[in-house]
Amino acid sequence: MSAPQMLNVQINGEWKQFPKGTRVIEACAQAGSYIPRYCYHPKLTSPGNCRMCLIEMGMPKMGPDRKPELGPDGRPVINWIPRPQISCAQDVAEGMGIRTDSPMAQECRRGVMEFLLINHPLDCPICDQAGECKLQEFSVEYGNGGSRFLEHKVKKPKKVAVGPRVTLDAERCVLCSRCIRFMKEVPQDDVLGFVDRGSYSTIAAHPNRQLDSNYSLNTVDICPVGALTSTDFRFKMRVWFLKETKSFCTSCATGCNTVIGSRQEVVYRQTPRENNEVNSVWMCDYGRLNFHYLHSERRLSRPAVKGEAAAWPAAIAKAAAELRSVPANEVAIIASGSMTNEELWLTKKLASVLNITLHDIVPHIEKGDDLLLSADRNPNTAGAKLLGVSSSKLAEIAQGVESGRIRVLLVLGEDAAGISLAKLKSLVTVGLLPSAATEKASVFLPSAGFAEKRGSMINVKGRLQRLNQAIQPPGEARDDWEILRDLIQAVSGANGVYAIEEVFRQMAEATPALAGLSLSKIGDLGVQLKLE
Amino acid sequence: MFQNVDREGWSEDIGCYMENGGYEELRKALTMERTAIVNEVKASGLRGRGGAGFPCGVKWGFIKLDEPKPVYLICNADESEPGTFKDRYILHQDPHQLLEGMIISSFALGVHLAYIYIRGEFPTGAKILETAIAEARAKNFLGKNILGSGFDLEIYVHRGAGAYICGEETGLIESLEGKRAYPRIKPPYFPAVLGLYQCPTIVNNVETLCNIKHIVRMGGAEYAKIGKPNNTGTRVLCVSGDVREPGYFELEVGAVTMGELIYDLCGGMKPGRKLKAVIPGGSSAKVLRAGEKYKIKTKQPDGSTGEKEIGIEDIVMDFDSLAAVGSMAGSGGVIVMDDSRDMLWTLNNINEFYAHESCGQCTPCREGSLWMKKITERMLLGGGVERDPAVLKNVADNIAGRTICAFGEACAWPTQSFVAKFKEEFDSRAGKPVPPPMPPEYLPEELIGKEEAHA
Repeated sequence: MSAPQMLNVQINGEWKQFPKGTRVIEACAQAGSYIPRYCYHPKLTSPGNCRMCLIEMGMPKMGPDRKPELGPDGRPVINWIPRPQISCAQDVAEGMGIRTDSPMAQECRRGVMEFLLINHPLDCPICDQAGECKLQEFSVEYGNGGSRFLEHKVKKPKKVAVGPRVTLDAERCVLCSRCIRFMKEVPQDDVLGFVDRGSYSTIAAHPNRQLDSNYSLNTVDICPVGALTSTDFRFKMRVWFLKETKSFCTSCATGCNTVIGSRQEVVYRQTPRENNEVNSVWMCDYGRLNFHYLHSERRLSRPAVKGEAAAWPAAIAKAAAELRSVPANEVAIIASGSMTNEELWLTKKLASVLNITLHDIVPHIEKGDDLLLSADRNPNTAGAKLLGVSSSKLAEIAQGVESGRIRVLLVLGEDAAGISLAKLKSLVTVGLLPSAATEKASVFLPSAGFAEKRGSMINVKGRLQRLNQAIQPPGEARDDWEILRDLIQAVSGANGVYAIEEVFRQMAEATPALAGLSLSKIGDLGVQLKLE
Repeated sequence: MFQNVDREGWSEDIGCYMENGGYEELRKALTMERTAIVNEVKASGLRGRGGAGFPCGVKWGFIKLDEPKPVYLICNADESEPGTFKDRYILHQDPHQLLEGMIISSFALGVHLAYIYIRGEFPTGAKILETAIAEARAKNFLGKNILGSGFDLEIYVHRGAGAYICGEETGLIESLEGKRAYPRIKPPYFPAVLGLYQCPTIVNNVETLCNIKHIVRMGGAEYAKIGKPNNTGTRVLCVSGDVREPGYFELEVGAVTMGELIYDLCGGMKPGRKLKAVIPGGSSAKVLRAGEKYKIKTKQPDGSTGEKEIGIEDIVMDFDSLAAVGSMAGSGGVIVMDDSRDMLWTLNNINEFYAHESCGQCTPCREGSLWMKKITERMLLGGGVERDPAVLKNVADNIAGRTICAFGEACAWPTQSFVAKFKEEFDSRAGKPVPPPMPPEYLPEELIGKEEAHA
């Protein structure tokens, strides 16, 4: 690919170069002069309606020979356009001049800022957007201390359930149309629009429709103000108290990059994080909201032997004893495609020290879509395949368990997958929530959810991504890799693995596709692997 | 343009039109080269009659002769500017003049599908146009292979739903596409490049398109002799307000001064009344105050430019002169006000219109138009505070020039000009040093009722 054509642009008096096709607003941001904006969103079309990004713009002054006149510095003399121009809908051009902080530009922003606030309810103390609200942010820079508005504000609908997961407060809305454009352009479900006119304009769903798309909560993310709020997150936590942990969604094989918002060991929300190789800046509602089970009242957080609470050392010892209580060919492992690579690697290792050959993961195939939601609801099917834990033996295992040929079963992070467990001699289960596999477990070992641990997974496109720990597992629950490491130690003696980094190192040494990588090298945006 | 309007014995049917030489210019045009017609229009110096006064030939020149995409012509018959009532006469009484102008224009521009976007408040006009189109089709002035020339054209009438903003050409195009009439941003959506269905589109006013027929008849150079240089042709002025005989007047552009228009053509002011102010080009044009003096540049016979001072009566009614005194010829709607008029009331009336008609797409106009209306309304009710005139001006300043379309200027200019030119009238109504208590929006009983209804 040839290098893009570079254009000379003067921004606030300094000449800089930008590739052809760069938006003026982006060029200014790159040059360190961030231009405030409400309606502009880099992933959507530009309607130019908020008028917050008005700047002073000019083009080279042309001489009689139709060539730019040059000033004493050898640069083109700029003919400034007397009217302010929006910076969100135009690309830079050769010789263009831009002033982002001239009196005209500043006055424009002050004017727009005031207009946006005159009918705004100013209910920041009870608004969920407070702390991440663009009205608040730009008010600091361009707002007035007092209001000149003596009139009654326009009344609009509040607390509107515009969809099952999104609540609208029309009075807070600045009518930037980001939500409308998102629904039209990304999930292509043109369900939102404006009704009424002028200052009474209001966002609404199409008659007889709701904002019920599986992508509806992205409108909440891109809403620059508190107009659209997540019904799930609403009034739960002030956003400035949230600890932000970069992670990714484990609800399907896509692995949308996320930020987990947590406080005091409670996850309050998940929001998408930009990764143009995976999810752009979006994620689906299903994945986003699929974290409440971490804090379920039914969550199991104490090890148990035969249904009775037990201490970890006793439970591990008992589990190890059960796994060795019958010949290896009478033991099987049902693992999970939602386990991390590290856990899968240790699972494989456990199987090999015990000579267990019957192991597989449980597939979870459901309906996907063309956007982000993968039909494969296992986030790490690719990892299980790469590390040799998945096989095509699930049916054989099921048949063996039901016929009584397999007498000891280790279930990792799955329920019993519909298999009748009646004939088992013993069942060792590692998991989070009660299921058929935990109820009948001889030994139950409580483990950690996706937000409670570190580790890596490989998504459907072969991208290696990293989970980061946002919160601690509840009660006595432990990180899965530690449980597996302890089981291996209990059956084969110490192995000197004390940190997850060490697990990754061993795994990477033994796996050519992961050669040279480490957990830290994965980084926040993941690494594309070359898989067969 | 108005030769047949209110003419005795005239009817709007095609027979009457053809007996009077109708569609002869179409026959002539069909024998001409397309570029020749465009060149005649350029030579005529015709300026758009919708309000902005953009040279029609220049606009047409944006259309390439070999344009691969379909080219559309839209007749803007969304005549909504308060004080303007010229297009409706043509639509009601001389629809074939418009059709002939449109067919010629379509031929020149390579258009095979043209629309007449007529405001929803003109149901009769729409019916008349439909009838006229059917008549023209029957005579093969429309349809396939028009008069054996090989040129095909269909014209459709599209009725608006009653929004002023649909008169803005890109808003009109959005509306025609079936969307909300939100004006488009320019760049990139210049209609001549990315117009209707993202194809090159020419949007012309009714009166402008009627002129085309006459330009073909006379030739561009001959047409340009009417009126004044850069202000060619005739103009229909619609005079309303406090004159004895309001009405429409078709005049050579620049043939009369404001004084002649008011005192000679309209019979002067009502008995015992004096001229107070004139809005010369539809309600959005800046107001002119009686007694004001304007310095305008004049060309001396020796070629040098001088300056002379003129009063409101001396303003020549053409595009350039009205621009020189800080207003505009606009849509030709001349609103005359006498000394019985309360300027605050008048401005509030105008503000009410613009607050109601703002489409709401972009921030300054959406919020500012209603704010200005609320201020003038409060002042009118006796609640004016000292800073109100200054706030009004500043709000208007924050709208003009910062919006997507010209509606921003349209709603800001009246306030800017009224507050500046009738300062004492506004100041005298803005006497309170502190804001008076606001009247409650709801009585306590109503609020309780609302709560209960909600629960």
